[in-house]
Amino acid sequence: MEYILIFITAIFVNNIVLSQFLGICPFLGVSKKVSTASGMGMAVTFVLTLATLVTYFIQKYVLDPNDLGYLQTIAFILVIAALVQMVEIILKKVSPSLYQALGVFLPLITTNCCILGVAILVIQKDYDLLSGMVYAISTALGFYLAMVLFAGLREQMEMNKVPKAVEGMPLALITAGLLAMAFMGFSGVDGGLRLLFGLD
Amino acid sequence: MAIVLTVIAVVAGGILAYVNSVTAPQIEKINADNLANGIKEVMGGGEVQVADPETQTATIGGKEKTFEVYAVSDASGKVLGNAVQTSENGFGGNLKVLVGFDPEGTILGYTILEHAETPGLGAKAGLWFQKDGKGNIIGMNPGKNNFTVSKDGGEVDAITASTITSRAFLLAIKNAYDQLYGKNEASK
Amino acid sequence: MSYFKILKNGLINENPTFVLLLGMCPTLGTTSSAINGLSMGLATTFVLILSNFIISLIKNLVPDQVRIPSYIVVIASLVTILQMLMQAYLPSIYATLGLFIPLIVVNCIILGRAEAFAAKNGPISSIFDGIGIGLGFSMALTLLGACREILGTGVVFKSDDFGIAGIPLQGESGGMLMFVLAPGAFIVLGYLIALVNKLRKA
Repeated sequence: MEYILIFITAIFVNNIVLSQFLGICPFLGVSKKVSTASGMGMAVTFVLTLATLVTYFIQKYVLDPNDLGYLQTIAFILVIAALVQMVEIILKKVSPSLYQALGVFLPLITTNCCILGVAILVIQKDYDLLSGMVYAISTALGFYLAMVLFAGLREQMEMNKVPKAVEGMPLALITAGLLAMAFMGFSGVDGGLRLLFGLD
Repeated sequence: MAIVLTVIAVVAGGILAYVNSVTAPQIEKINADNLANGIKEVMGGGEVQVADPETQTATIGGKEKTFEVYAVSDASGKVLGNAVQTSENGFGGNLKVLVGFDPEGTILGYTILEHAETPGLGAKAGLWFQKDGKGNIIGMNPGKNNFTVSKDGGEVDAITASTITSRAFLLAIKNAYDQLYGKNEASK
Repeated sequence: MSYFKILKNGLINENPTFVLLLGMCPTLGTTSSAINGLSMGLATTFVLILSNFIISLIKNLVPDQVRIPSYIVVIASLVTILQMLMQAYLPSIYATLGLFIPLIVVNCIILGRAEAFAAKNGPISSIFDGIGIGLGFSMALTLLGACREILGTGVVFKSDDFGIAGIPLQGESGGMLMFVLAPGAFIVLGYLIALVNKLRKA
């Protein structure tokens, strides 16, 4: 039950993009078309899951036992950068079709703050491995959902005439604001679920 | 090129270790000060002596809860009561409170140590339940008063538009009281 | 380029937030009030000035193939130092900004300036570029934070962390809370950029 709660909360209630403000750059940058947005979403899901798994072990088995907590930021960012490179190389060899779908997005992911952000959050929230993984995957799905919904909206608006000054980024931001408002409707759902599952 | 990268990493690691050794005691001191000030505040504001904390755990509604209990006496050694630190799931995440009880279990004061509630709404809890707030709980006794929000038939006014935060807050204090007076089931 | 021109370039012509549209996560995430925005801006400026300076010093020692990883190590170390200093000496504001402090590492402004400016210019010019861009970023964050705070709470420049009461503009409950919450961040920034676009064209 707790996993369902983490799942719903991470996707809808505390959506990584629309309420936590992580991963805004790809959210605004590659959301002009649904197809690219969904590609980016998938690439992030893949890397985020893998990165959280690896950084979790680094924290628990390398940093914590040696009292090196202060090296967290530096260790995590290097691991993520190396991981992205490795994924790129392996994908190219093992599955060229998947590489074609995700390849262009991979180099952009290193500096996507939601990867490092989630890796740190899993440690901060003191999750065990399984909860942490459920959290990472659900967060990534939340990112995917936000990307695709937002790209759908932007595609629809492409044809509309808007004042020159709001064209492009301003309009995208205002749209994102309305989408965030819609997601606010989910707030409190987690509290209700907790009661429903009897977790309180 | 591997050498350059190694040199940079080693230098960086060395500098970080140095800064860490300088700042770590200060960070510890600040945390200890915050806690000491918090205990002083919730026990009425006078000079206090705090005994070493006792960490207790209990199973409440199937979930394990942790309580830090500090036995507090005033400067002359007279027993003032206990300060208890605990947390509860609020609206946006963890709501961590420190609450002071006199020996009879009457609330002397409280402070919110950590919260993730909606800014401007749930975050009002820091003032709302104080003596001059609208939902004053100071002087109440969770064992004698009906310690829930008025919506649930209790005696405390919930924060406007933040019932969930208010419920979580009251529950945390009720749990702390129950823990002190042995009404919680100790976990194995 | 004179130092003054480098400064002005960062503040206005290449303002990271309103013109280059970089570093959006902290821009949206930490501007629930003017003081929070300003603190985040200054924290980023600190890292930016030092990273620009150090990178322009070591640029000739680092082979091209390991350029990016080396820069990332430098930036991550600076961020960790900042993190420890804030935790030790400004704990309440550190708690407010939370996750966004370690995430300065992945702020594209920092690595972007390292590549675009510090790797090509001398240390003194790089410091000025860091100051210019950093202040441009701080200014933008403060402005956005102030707009959200005024609309959302009716008070401006209030900070519980520093114990500043702020300037009341519309009375205690004169705000639309939505502007302090997530949607307000997107919407206010959208309109501010539209305004900047309009002014730049005129």
